Amino acid sequence: MSTSSIPLSDAATGSQICLDRIEVQGVLRRRLLDLGFVPGNIVEVVQKSPLGDPIAFRVNHTMIALRKEESSLIFGEYVGGDSL
Amino acid sequence: MRTYTIALAGNPNTGKSTLFNTLTGLRQHTGNWAGKTVLMAEGEFTYGKSAFRMIDLPGTYSLYSNSADEEVARDYIIFEQPDVTIVVLDATSLERNLNLALQVLEMTSRVVVCVNLIDEAKKRGVRIDLQMISKRLGVPCVAISARNKIGIDALMEQVEKVASGEISPEPVQIPYSKEIEEKVKELQPIIAQTLGTRFPTRWIALRLLDGDEGLLKSLRERMQEPTVPVKRERIGHEQTICH
Ligand SMILES: Nc1nc2c(ncn2[C@@H]2O[C@H](COP(=O)(O)OP(=O)(O)OP(=O)(O)O)[C@@H](O)[C@H]2O)c(=O)[nH]1
Ligand SMILES: [Mg+2]
Repeated sequence: MSTSSIPLSDAATGSQICLDRIEVQGVLRRRLLDLGFVPGNIVEVVQKSPLGDPIAFRVNHTMIALRKEESSLIFGEYVGGDSL
Repeated sequence: MRTYTIALAGNPNTGKSTLFNTLTGLRQHTGNWAGKTVLMAEGEFTYGKSAFRMIDLPGTYSLYSNSADEEVARDYIIFEQPDVTIVVLDATSLERNLNLALQVLEMTSRVVVCVNLIDEAKKRGVRIDLQMISKRLGVPCVAISARNKIGIDALMEQVEKVASGEISPEPVQIPYSKEIEEKVKELQPIIAQTLGTRFPTRWIALRLLDGDEGLLKSLRERMQEPTVPVKRERIGHEQTICH
């Protein structure tokens, strides 16, 4: 596993992350996979709420808000975007 | 005249009911699925030389998250085994829609993929390579506009061919990791022994490895047995199998 992998909850607004693992379990894991949170897919961090939770992500052209509980268990690497 | 049963599956808002209404007209009835508050619509029509009974399944993004809608759609395809399942896709968001298409292709080979809203895709300058989709998925693929009644003849032509057995599609088989494939191989003969071959054993094996309690419950209900022996053979991999 790459060392530059970070949880989505720590990714900067505007950045794009290529996912490498999803550690959420159970039915919610299934739901996230169905929504497009799959290894290899690119997720864009669209917006953070004032308190940083939830965070809105764009995946498969759809906006999805996740709580920190979940986004801290989804990992990937920066691949681009305008935050860096 | 033989009556073929056709199920319409697809994501929400892909035009299933529009297609259903176009084909069945007024010959339709609605009710609830047994024991569920999920709406069921069924209709009849004839097309060419065949008669069809069509079921409009609830729109879902997946068949595995165990919502009531998803259970209805999954159970219908697995237990009622329609002669053809038409998977209706939204031409303007194929990437998201193909998830469900792949799930259905793992359950049954008698599938026709129907790319709807082709008018909208054209308007947005989206070109869709139907031949390539058909080749990659291993099933017929037709573009339609249900609202404008375009492509319905071509769709029904393929549906009738699959229903009558004139075409036997060979859907792409999604390969999983070595570890999962080994477990599937182990489970398949046990499943065939327990349930017979009326169900797709590979698919059942994958669901068991996925720890899909909802499916086990449905299986038990259908078999009208307090427990299905196959449960005991389950291997405790709680990790979800992903496409
Ligand atoms: N432009 C265009 N719109 C369509 C077409 N087919 C259906 N629609 C529209 O898409 C919307 C959804 O259609 P429905 O038939 O209700 O979709 P559905 O798949 O039954 O939706 P659920 O029952 O929620 O799963 C409606 O506003 C339709 O008029 C089409 O071929 N082209
Ligand atoms: Mg509908």
